[in-house]
Amino acid sequence: MVAGAGSSRTVIAGVIGLRGKEVTNCLFPRTTVPATWLWRAIGFTLTIIFLMPVSSWAHGFAGKRFFTTTLSVEDPFVSDELSFLIGHIREPGGGEEPPMNSTEISLDYSKRITPDFGISIGESFLHLNPDEGKSESGFGNLELGLKYQFLMNEEHEAILSFGVDAEIGGTGADRVGADSFSTLSPLLFFGKGLGDLPESVKFLRPFAFTGVIGPNFPTRSKNVITTLNKGTGEIEQEVERNPVTLTWGFSIQYSLQYLQSFVKDIGLGSPLNRMIVLVEFPLETCLNRGCGGQTTGFVNPGIIWVGKSVQFGIEAQIPINERTGKNVGVLGLVHFFIDDLFPKSLGKPLF
Amino acid sequence: MVNWRQLLIALVFALALPCLWTDKVGGHALLDHCDPKVGETVSGSPVSIRLWFDRDLEPLSSAVSVQDARRNRVDKKNVRVNPSNAKLLEVGVPPLPAGTYRVIWNVVTRDGHRTTGDYTFVIK
Repeated sequence: MVAGAGSSRTVIAGVIGLRGKEVTNCLFPRTTVPATWLWRAIGFTLTIIFLMPVSSWAHGFAGKRFFTTTLSVEDPFVSDELSFLIGHIREPGGGEEPPMNSTEISLDYSKRITPDFGISIGESFLHLNPDEGKSESGFGNLELGLKYQFLMNEEHEAILSFGVDAEIGGTGADRVGADSFSTLSPLLFFGKGLGDLPESVKFLRPFAFTGVIGPNFPTRSKNVITTLNKGTGEIEQEVERNPVTLTWGFSIQYSLQYLQSFVKDIGLGSPLNRMIVLVEFPLETCLNRGCGGQTTGFVNPGIIWVGKSVQFGIEAQIPINERTGKNVGVLGLVHFFIDDLFPKSLGKPLF
Repeated sequence: MVNWRQLLIALVFALALPCLWTDKVGGHALLDHCDPKVGETVSGSPVSIRLWFDRDLEPLSSAVSVQDARRNRVDKKNVRVNPSNAKLLEVGVPPLPAGTYRVIWNVVTRDGHRTTGDYTFVIK
């Protein structure tokens, strides 16, 4: 997965979807994460590189299908990967909050423990620049993940995985909207390539679909915000409810590499012969506590280039409704296949 | 508060590191091109089937076979990774009649990464 990457991608959508409801919580103050965390994260990654033993396994393959790492919807496979995701969008104002430009940089690392079971860790840094008032920067909450790939069918290019993501409340900066409570998300992932279609429709074979669905359970149902009204001198309380939401998203991909290698060589040269055209649909629906049935999300058309050990991707972020936003954003991905870069060390499963 | 310049330097450093410091021989082999081409219709039987990959192959573990429409193996079973080009996998074929043929490959790179694939070509 870049399970971590997926997790922080959820943060991007979540921040936009819930921006209007965020209120500073005086009862549960959070510790500001110092800048040294970034260096610690890099140091942690480097330390792991040194410590891992030697071997090599495949990532993202189901038969001859290579499932690329997507930018917005979490991938169905377990792998050794390192991702840097950069997102920028203009968010609409809501309540007392003015419109703002939001930039998020995420770093995510996933590691296979066994060939079918992996863990992930992710951290993001946000910079919010509102139309009114001063800009704010800070880290989002730490994100951890587990994933188990329980089905892989080579002939039908199919993958099914189950995972649990956890956003650890209070580890991020309140000033950039990091929640003070944790959120647990059991998730079901799928991937399916169309390589098993008959010869008569062979040009549809390069298509593949991936997706994810699962609820997000906050560990606290509500936040009570207590403030002093300086005008009246009275203490006022505001209750902010934290709903259960449903993450659901999918991607539609067309692989030019698959077309060239397995269907028909139409003469595409580099770099087109390693490109995947895709559209992602990262969506989130509120299930209760005052916003039941409300959906936010994006339609993200984009393109990914897959190299030998690195891939680059870029997507537009188009809001699906006014609740999500009005402006088009952009996502960029730089992604390293650690099992290709370090097949004899970091890139192999531990067991 | 994080200094943006500091963050940018850290990001560039973190991005560059994996590219500079690798095991050098890793990775999955993907088919770059082949002869006959994927999905091509050719006039007359080829002498051999040649597949070029994007990484060096392990000779003892890499294989390719050719089947006719009835799934009978028709190649000469003299599969080899070209001694002067470790990215080239080839197998000879006898004179083949007109028809549709499937090339099935299964290759391993020198670090043990395995990939598989198949494609068809037509002799008219």
